[in-house]
Amino acid sequence: MTELALAAQRPSTRLLVRDTLGVAKRNLLRIARTPLMLIVTAVQPALLLVLFRYVLGGAISIPGGSYVDYVVPAVFVEAVLIGGMTTSIGLAEDLKSGIVDRFRSLPMARSAVLAGRTLADLSRSVFSLGVLVGLGLAVGFHFHAGAGSILAGLAIVLAFGYAFSWMYVAIGLATKDPETAQIAGILPFFVLMFASNAVVPVATMPGWLQGFARNQPLSVTVSATRALLEGGPAAHWVWQSLAWAAGILLVFFVASLRLYRNSTG
Amino acid sequence: MPERAMIEVEDVSKRFGETPALAGVSLACPRASVLALLGPNGAGKTTLVRILTTLIRPDRGRATVAGFDVATEATPLRSVIGLAGQYAALDGLLTGRENLELIGLWYHLDKREYRRRAQEVLERLSLTDAGNRLVKTYSGGMRRRLDVGASLVGRPPVLFLDEPTTGLDPRTRNDLWQFLEELVEGGTTVLMTTQYMEEAERLAHRIVVLDTGRVIADGTAEQLKDLLGGDRLEARVTDSADLDRAAALLGELAGGPPHVDAEQRRVSVPTAGGTAFLLRAGLRFQEEQIRLDDLGIRRPSLDDVFLSLTGGHIRDAEEAA
Ligand SMILES: Nc1ncnc2c1ncn2[C@@H]1O[C@H](COP(=O)(O)OP(=O)(O)OP(=O)(O)O)[C@@H](O)[C@H]1O
Ligand SMILES: [Mg+2]
Repeated sequence: MTELALAAQRPSTRLLVRDTLGVAKRNLLRIARTPLMLIVTAVQPALLLVLFRYVLGGAISIPGGSYVDYVVPAVFVEAVLIGGMTTSIGLAEDLKSGIVDRFRSLPMARSAVLAGRTLADLSRSVFSLGVLVGLGLAVGFHFHAGAGSILAGLAIVLAFGYAFSWMYVAIGLATKDPETAQIAGILPFFVLMFASNAVVPVATMPGWLQGFARNQPLSVTVSATRALLEGGPAAHWVWQSLAWAAGILLVFFVASLRLYRNSTG
Repeated sequence: MPERAMIEVEDVSKRFGETPALAGVSLACPRASVLALLGPNGAGKTTLVRILTTLIRPDRGRATVAGFDVATEATPLRSVIGLAGQYAALDGLLTGRENLELIGLWYHLDKREYRRRAQEVLERLSLTDAGNRLVKTYSGGMRRRLDVGASLVGRPPVLFLDEPTTGLDPRTRNDLWQFLEELVEGGTTVLMTTQYMEEAERLAHRIVVLDTGRVIADGTAEQLKDLLGGDRLEARVTDSADLDRAAALLGELAGGPPHVDAEQRRVSVPTAGGTAFLLRAGLRFQEEQIRLDDLGIRRPSLDDVFLSLTGGHIRDAEEAA
C-alpha cells in the first residue's frame, strides 16, 4: 500500500501549476484549431469600433479632444470583455460534453480546470487587442503617450479582462449550457458598456445614473486606459481599476470553485 | 487479518429529486477481480459508478475504493482509479495521442513516461494509425476504444468501465476483453457495467444484478444460472398441430409438467438425464412420427437468468444499446 499512501499526499504547488498549464495547453490547442472562432471574437469589437467611430463620431463632441481618441481605448476594454464570454460558453460546453466528469475523476486540482481555461482564453484577448490597435490606428486614432505608458495601458486592459473572465467562469458553471451561457453573458456586457463613460460622456446622463456610470469597473478602466494611452494624470484611475480587478477576481474565483464543486449531482 | 476488498459499498442510496436511483446497495469486489454490474436501463448502474468515482455523493451509506472513502477522501481516491464513463469524454479538437498524453500529465506522470504510455495504449487498442488524427474524425468504435484507453494511461489499480464495449465490433471487443484479462492478472481490479451477458460471463468473477436501484442477485455466472434450476430438454416441432402430442410425450417421459411456447412451437421439460434422455426422446418422437426442427438439451443462459430476474426489461436495454 505504499504507492497508495504516496498518492494520498496533498497536491503540491508545483503540481497545481503543472495541472493548470496542462489545461491551458489543451485549450490553446482548441483555440488554434478553431481559427474562425478566434477571428469572429475579434470582429465583434472591431465592428463596434467602426460603428462608434463613424455613426456616433459626428454627433458627439468631446471637450478638448477628438471622438476617435475618446472611443478607441473604450473599445479595447470592451474587446477583452467580449473575449471573456468565450470562457463561459466553453466551460458550459465542457460540462455538457462530459469531459468535466473525466477531469473530476482525475487527481488534478479543481482550480486547475478553471484557471487553465482563463489563461488560455487570455490569448484571445491579446489577439483581439492586437487587431484593434491596428484598426484603431487605421481609422485615425493617435497614441499621444510614450511607449512605456502605452504598454501599461494595454496591460491594464488585459488585467481587467482577465478578472472579468472569472465572472464568465461563474456564469458558465451556473448555466451549464452553452446557449444559456451566451445569452446570460451578454447582460453584464450591455450594462457595463452603455451605463458608462465608454461611448458618451457621463455628464449627459441623469443624475442617479452618473454615480454608477462614473465609478463602475469598466468606466474606471476606460478612464485609466485613456489616460495611459493619451497622456495625462492616470494614477487615480489605475488604482481604482486595479482594485476593481482584484475584487472581481477574488469574488468570482471563490464563487467559481464553489460552483465547480457542486456542478454535478 | 483478511485483506480488505478493493471496492466496498455499504447500503448506498441516491435520489434524484423524486427518482430513487439507488436504494440501499451493498457489494464488495476483491483485488485483482472483475465485478460486472448488470441491470435494465435506469437500474442505477451508472449512478453507482459515478458515486464510486467521486463524481456525485451518495445520500446515504458508505463506499470505499482502495480503502479511501468516496465522500471524505476523494482526492487520494482519484489517484488510484481510472474511469471510462458511459459516454465518451474526449476532446474532439485534440488528436488521440494528445488526449492520452494530457491525461497522463494530469495523473502526474513525467513527460517521458506519459508519452510512452500514450504510445503503448494506442498500440494496444489498435489506434496507432489514428493516433495523430483529431478525435472528431474518429468512428464511434474508435472513440469508445480511445475513451477506455484514456482510463488506462495512469495504470490505476482500480478501473471503472461503464459499458466499455458498447458499439465495438466483435474482433475489437475480443481484443479488449483479452487486454482487460491481462490487466486483472497483473493485479488490476475492475468494476464494469454491461448489457452483454457474454461479456459478463467471460470476464466477471462476480455478477451483481441491479433493478430499480436494488441488488436483486449477486454471485458467479454459474450460481446465477442455478437460480433457474438445471438443464432442460427442448423440442421445436415443425407443425403447430403436433404441439399437444409433443407435450404429452415429453411430459410422460420426464414425469414432470412440460412448458409449452405455442408461438415458438417449443416444448421443454426439466431433465437430469443427459444424452441418454435426449436419445430416448428422439426415438419416441420418431415412433410417433412427430416432425421436429430442433431437439436439444439446454442449460439456462445468463440471458434467461436476466430475463427471469428483471421481468423482461432487457428488450428495452437492447433497443437502447
Ligand atoms: N442527473 C440525473 N438527474 C435526474 N435523474 C437521474 C440523473 N441521473 C440518473 N437519473 C435517474 O436515475 C435512475 C438510474 O439511472 P442510471 O443512469 O444510473 O441507470 P443505468 O442503470 O446506468 O441505465 P442504462 O443502462 O440506461 O445506462 C434513472 O431513473 C435515471 O432517470
Ligand atoms: Mg448507464
